Amino acid sequence: MSTSILTTGHSGPAKDQAMARRLGERRKRTDRILLWLALLATLIGLAFLISILATLLWRGLAAMNLTVFTEVTRPPGSGGGLLNAIVGTLIQTGIGTLVGTPIGLLVGTYLAEYSQGTKLGGAVRFVSDILLSAPSILVGLFIYQLMVLPFGGFSGIAGAMALAVIVIPIVVRTTEDMLQLIPSTLREAAMALGAPKWKMVLLVCYPAVRPGLITGALLGVARIAGETAPLLFTSLGNLTWSTDLTQAMSSLPVTIYAYAGSPYEDWVDLAWTGALLITFGVLLINIIARYVLRQRR
Amino acid sequence: MNEVSNEAATKAQAIPALQTRPETEASQAKISMRDLDFYYGDNRALKSINLDFPERQVTGLIGPSGCGKSTLLRCLNRMYDLYPGQRATGEAMMDGENIISPNIDLNALRSRIGMVFQKPTPFPMTIYDNIAFGVKLHERLSKAQMDERVEWSLARAALWDEVKDRLNTPAGGLSGGQQQRLCIARSIAVRPEVMLFDEPTSALDPISTLKVEELIDELKRDFTIAIVTHNMQQAARCADRVAFFYLGEMVEVGTAAQMFTSPRETRTQQYITGRFS
Repeated sequence: MSTSILTTGHSGPAKDQAMARRLGERRKRTDRILLWLALLATLIGLAFLISILATLLWRGLAAMNLTVFTEVTRPPGSGGGLLNAIVGTLIQTGIGTLVGTPIGLLVGTYLAEYSQGTKLGGAVRFVSDILLSAPSILVGLFIYQLMVLPFGGFSGIAGAMALAVIVIPIVVRTTEDMLQLIPSTLREAAMALGAPKWKMVLLVCYPAVRPGLITGALLGVARIAGETAPLLFTSLGNLTWSTDLTQAMSSLPVTIYAYAGSPYEDWVDLAWTGALLITFGVLLINIIARYVLRQRR
Repeated sequence: MNEVSNEAATKAQAIPALQTRPETEASQAKISMRDLDFYYGDNRALKSINLDFPERQVTGLIGPSGCGKSTLLRCLNRMYDLYPGQRATGEAMMDGENIISPNIDLNALRSRIGMVFQKPTPFPMTIYDNIAFGVKLHERLSKAQMDERVEWSLARAALWDEVKDRLNTPAGGLSGGQQQRLCIARSIAVRPEVMLFDEPTSALDPISTLKVEELIDELKRDFTIAIVTHNMQQAARCADRVAFFYLGEMVEVGTAAQMFTSPRETRTQQYITGRFS
């Protein structure tokens, strides 16, 4: 036992140390290379992001003034603002969220609380996940077939419904994920008191994950506020003031799409301003969502 | 421990039938189980259990992990109904009704049989609302009556003095031991007849454990109690009768004194003396 490494080893300690040093230096070199590659990739990613934001600020602020918020869109060269587009986006996003969120919440609740082990649950989850990643232009076409063609025209309500369809799977996913974070013992504790299941869900589970549920809805809002494709075939866009849900309705993304590709300089400038408004609106919603999520006890 | 053991020993002498023929105790039993089997899918987790839970006594369930003691507890309030694939067969009679029967009203049953879990499970609401939650499920009380009930149950759970000035603060702000006593208060506020404790102190510090044990001792004046524990000393301190489970079978049941001093079965003795776990 006592005649150990020192006496039996056939390689001297000096030789081992040199080898260890060489190996150590190689490890450090590899480490440094990887660090630089990671930094480089990060810089490339950041560069794009910053250049987009900088261009957006630069071009967007150029045409930013009060008339953007007080005037409706006008023919090229005659001034005008984005009021109808802003209001249209608020209306359609608002209705889309109000319709889509409760449906998504209930579907997510069904998946997390009621569908255990059922085939229907698996199918619903699968379909919802597909919908989550479906190209949004398909949603536009779907609503076009369902609400525009039969009723003979583009309408704000059709646009809102297209946005609602996009919100549903987002809220389904966040709701299910959040509810599944709840430890089963909390559910059991509620049931053990003799609570019917709906009261357990409504009074114990929902409050337990309320910040998460609100965040899910806010992320849905952030997603649809900037959607263009589903609105192209549904609410179409409207150059004049209209809050009539049965008529074509203007929206910021569609206006940007139309203006940015136009040959008129003032329209292009307005498109940039609109893009700036959407970006910061979405940014604000995301910040609020993060803030709400952090309120967890 | 000695006091409890002596007391139990005296009891055992007074009622010799307890030791040998528990089935003759049916009239005094609050709940009596006959040929109870339990299945997780195809896995038979409890095998023909015959066990009585005498009224206003503490029945301790002991045994190594996975022996079925918690499963047995979860049969008594039908907790397993929450999970598809779990089922029980046989009889568990309480006041002439079979708890295991599919026709039983689960919400009413659970208002009569309360449960306290291993980890504290405060609801995400205020201390007051935690207590009121269960009560509101089964009774319509005025505000004054509810205040009274909340105070009564918190006092019974030895928590009133600690929380009376913060009833409207979130229950999540209480310490672990306080949360567990809140859960006990929440259960007794519904005024059940039976209380089930599933390793109620395994997540608590020694002081809180002591408080909960004293509480159980005090509660047995009004409630029939069943407690699952991994802690032999706790079983000896708290339980009047102890049942030993091993691999889904009930090996032996007897008074605490008898089980811990002269168990009939070798397996019981080996487990109690820590020869296996």
